[in-house]
Amino acid sequence: MTCLALSPPLSAPIMLEFKTLHDRFGYDIAESSFCDNRRIVVPSGKVYFVLEFLWKELGFDMLLELTAVDYLEFPEATDRFGVVYGLVNTETGERLIIKTHLNSPELRLPSVVPLWRSADWMEREVFDMYGIEFAGHPDLRRILMPDEFTAFPLRKDYPLRGRGERHNFPVITRAES
Amino acid sequence: MAVGLPENVFLTRLDAAANWARSNSLWPMPFATACCGIELMATAASRHDMARFGAEVMRFSPRQCDLLIVAGRVVMKMLPVLQRIWLQMPEPKWCISMGACACTGGVFDTYAVVQGVDRFIPVDMYVPGCPPRPEQLLAAIIEMQQKIMRTGTFRGSEFSGRTSPTGPPPFDRDEVRRLQEATPVAGLEIYTPPPRVAQPS
Ligand code: SF4
Repeated sequence: MTCLALSPPLSAPIMLEFKTLHDRFGYDIAESSFCDNRRIVVPSGKVYFVLEFLWKELGFDMLLELTAVDYLEFPEATDRFGVVYGLVNTETGERLIIKTHLNSPELRLPSVVPLWRSADWMEREVFDMYGIEFAGHPDLRRILMPDEFTAFPLRKDYPLRGRGERHNFPVITRAES
Repeated sequence: MAVGLPENVFLTRLDAAANWARSNSLWPMPFATACCGIELMATAASRHDMARFGAEVMRFSPRQCDLLIVAGRVVMKMLPVLQRIWLQMPEPKWCISMGACACTGGVFDTYAVVQGVDRFIPVDMYVPGCPPRPEQLLAAIIEMQQKIMRTGTFRGSEFSGRTSPTGPPPFDRDEVRRLQEATPVAGLEIYTPPPRVAQPS
């Protein structure tokens, strides 16, 4: 796959040695890259410790994004959901993508709000749209959909036009208003 | 008994006098939720100048309005607000549904967007277009004035006959068909099938 290097090459040396992660967390951590993205795939049980290590020891002090992907019917996918963390080290400009996979019924991850406050609303959004719960989140409520909504609309098995929630309102006729 | 009318005194019916006053001082409630709102603002601005028709007084309190202009798409979370605003407006009141989105949901045929506000609140006039030109909105306002002149009554009794919703019933046959398009994926035990809805006869 071709790709254009849009951003200038980083002047600072890449700090993260992949081997240190292996030594510390075992060998079920995989790495891949695309363009200038480095991606690390971590089992869901270890993701909090890896993120904590990256922040405390390696200075990834900013959580840029936290989102999820539904791999239902995706060719060659083995897991249902992926949760993706985008980290930045603001000293060196280094970026890193951490990814973990989840399957129902264990749609549960430890919350990273204790590490980065910016995770608060993003975890709420992932919960709202995919139904993935974040244990230890201070205020895990729906953020976009109304509180009465029961489905998780970005799941691929949720019909695009909904299950009739958009019709579930009282009708006001002219005579009664 | 022949009594001459003094100067500047006219005889009319009460209905006609009320209609004349009401139709020439429509105070709009701008319920502008999306891009159509920009066109609504353009209609109120100097080039198109809604003030020529006595409708320039945009009030942001529903208590002071008698013409609700729904300009833009209305989502599930907004619909209770819209209904509440409609109920807060004092009688007599009218409603213009402006743009494809407010009338039918437009291109936003998704789980969150209400497919036409006329399903849930009464609508008097529809303005097609995406967005409608200011001229179209002005035409709707003029049409609205004519409708008030034509059908209005002093006590608002023309409203009491409208006991059914203006729009199609919320669960029409088309909607049931759409619900069923979510076919379960064979062989995926993680799939939870949606609740089935009975076909209307
Ligand atoms: S009808 Fe068109 S212009 Fe109006 S709100 Fe919808 S998309 Fe926007």
